[in-house]
Amino acid sequence: DRVLLTGVINISVPVRSVCVCLCFHVTGARVVVSARTYADFTPQATFDIKKCDLHKLEEGPPLQAVLTREEGLQYYRTMQTIRRMELKADQLYKQKIIRGFCHLYDGQEACAVGIETGINLSDHLITAYRAHGYTLTRGGTVREIMAELTGRRGGIAKGKGGSMHMYTKHFYGGNGIVGAQVPLGAGVALACKYLGNNEICVCLYGDGAANQGQIFETYNMASLWKLPCIFICENNKYGMGTSVERAAASTDYYKRGDFIPGLRLDGMDVLCVREATKFAAEHCRSGKGPILMELQTYRYHGHSMSDPGVSYRTREEIQEVRSKSDPISMLKDRMLSNNMASVEELKEIDVEVRKEIEDAAQFATTDPEPPLDDLCNHIFYNDPPMEVRGTNPWTKLKSVS
Amino acid sequence: MNTLLIVLLIIMEISQIHFLYVTVRDALNQALDEELERDERVFLLGEEVAQYDGAYKVSRGLWKKYGDKRIIDTPITEMGFAGIAVGAAMAGLRPICEFMTFNFSMQAIDQVINSAAKTYYMSAGLQPVPIVFRGPNGASAGVAAQHSQCFAAWYGHCPGLKVVSPWSAEDAKGLLKSAIRDDNPVVFLENELMYGVPFEMSEEAQSKDFLLPIGKAKIERQGNHVTLVSHSRMVSLCLDAAAVLAKEGIECEVINMRTIRPLDAEAIETSVMKTNHLITVEGGWPQFGVGAEILARIMEGPAFNFLDAPAVRVTGVDIPMPYAKILEDNSIPQIKDIIFSVKKTLNV
Repeated sequence: DRVLLTGVINISVPVRSVCVCLCFHVTGARVVVSARTYADFTPQATFDIKKCDLHKLEEGPPLQAVLTREEGLQYYRTMQTIRRMELKADQLYKQKIIRGFCHLYDGQEACAVGIETGINLSDHLITAYRAHGYTLTRGGTVREIMAELTGRRGGIAKGKGGSMHMYTKHFYGGNGIVGAQVPLGAGVALACKYLGNNEICVCLYGDGAANQGQIFETYNMASLWKLPCIFICENNKYGMGTSVERAAASTDYYKRGDFIPGLRLDGMDVLCVREATKFAAEHCRSGKGPILMELQTYRYHGHSMSDPGVSYRTREEIQEVRSKSDPISMLKDRMLSNNMASVEELKEIDVEVRKEIEDAAQFATTDPEPPLDDLCNHIFYNDPPMEVRGTNPWTKLKSVS
Repeated sequence: MNTLLIVLLIIMEISQIHFLYVTVRDALNQALDEELERDERVFLLGEEVAQYDGAYKVSRGLWKKYGDKRIIDTPITEMGFAGIAVGAAMAGLRPICEFMTFNFSMQAIDQVINSAAKTYYMSAGLQPVPIVFRGPNGASAGVAAQHSQCFAAWYGHCPGLKVVSPWSAEDAKGLLKSAIRDDNPVVFLENELMYGVPFEMSEEAQSKDFLLPIGKAKIERQGNHVTLVSHSRMVSLCLDAAAVLAKEGIECEVINMRTIRPLDAEAIETSVMKTNHLITVEGGWPQFGVGAEILARIMEGPAFNFLDAPAVRVTGVDIPMPYAKILEDNSIPQIKDIIFSVKKTLNV
């Protein structure tokens, strides 16, 4: 847990002026608030959320979600951080400071944030390559993430992994091979069951990956062995440039687990995602075996930075989602219309987030690249130092664990 | 006669000489049993490993002893269960993933290479993967093309993996125990034709803490005239060929590689600097194979200047494995091929 900032905000409210002191944890579901609020902000409100489509389930998550002011501010901050971080990455990529693959997550923030609020940091999570958002929610810092994208020694993987290979505690990446992370996630769940630690594994994949054979192999074993695994399909409607209708004989991804119960829900609504995740986590922890969630979401960027994202979908479609279903706007509107926060307060958060991103980008562009001595390190764990052949027979490089 | 025997036995008991003959299969079984007992996190998964006692009976008795939690029968879904095994290793367990033969590992090779081998490096040391992939490798008898491939070169190619290829029962036991205790992905290439072969097991090897180091070759037979380097079943053929050649006054030094990766180039170089002649013997195909790598290393290293003749390889024939016995027999090295190659190299 990290205390990111302590700020003093003066808010003028018609009746009286207010002094508010807030401490935020950006990562994790827990928020500590030491607030002296005399405000007449609503401390919490109940929101109706869309009903989930159910598969092989008698009942689903609740139709209402309670959101406290603190939670709302935290979700807002985290989603905004992911949004701005991804946009900054876009910028740096166009400046050629980030290279190679860069798969951006903007638009899908409610998924990463909602899921994390439904589980604990002691639970486990694995996803595919569109992983920057999850690296953050799982405990990574913006600095380390950006420095990894720019390939510097301060990167979360010391510059050796790049965009698709970021790891933190109980977060197994960042995986480049489509679908390969799904059996891995079930394996993590197997370990949870084996060790009897009441932890679960959230195992994510996209609509493109959903047709992979190894995923069906995994459904089978997870179900047979009742592994505590939440399979989550982030359906953003396009597998690279191929729309779901052109790739899948059945686009009811929440039903594709067949014998595995499933839910389909609005992945743009952080509260929907949270409630469904809580529901799914409870299902797994009670020993019922795996469960499948399909989050209907959308990515604003193309598949990766080399894809403009408009050859297979229209700008109008993208614009429509942005104006009608943006996850951050949705939360903001909810909070403002229920007097749970003020416009100025949220703007203040925006400013802080922007600064954090700027500082991180500054670090990411000025931190030195990894030293050449590091080239051959980390081949093996817990092994004595060894020699590695260089590019020619006379070059012998050193490798330490 | 009987008294003589009794006297002999008494002498043996007193002097604590215990000759124990153990098959490779039983040695593997012992290694698995001992490591399962020693560390709760170790478990075995694969097709037919539990209730069937193992397709080749290597895991006989283990399910009865350790139960469903630690000996897991999987469906016939290699890519899936190999991935599950790797994930379990990432989350802190120590899985042993059995491929019924390594031919089937091709279905799962992405998990072995991209998920297991590369992860510690990609994560810059954050995520180790302590897993063993084991199973029979290479040619068997009459199982034809799809079931006879040797994967030593394929896996030996990849950084991040350790690749082990035992020959004897002691090799099997000591190396498997080391592989299981190793915190890195190890590909353990057994050989079906060796499973039933008994070897003398020394007192030391009978201990529960008997380990053999990965990455160190063993000189099975000393000699001065030519170095024969081999792994797995071909070591037997080299020793047989050496016995025949010894009658003609040619003394072969036979090196049992034990490990494919990391390759013990030093042991081979030291031997070549003594014998001045090198022949590698393997069951796999010649192109880009284990022998090719050894020869390249010798070229690049200090031993080159000690060669009196070009180093050569004896390998399987460059064809998919045929079925008919006469064809199969002629698809892999025979003792006469080794003898022929030695004589050509020595120009005798």
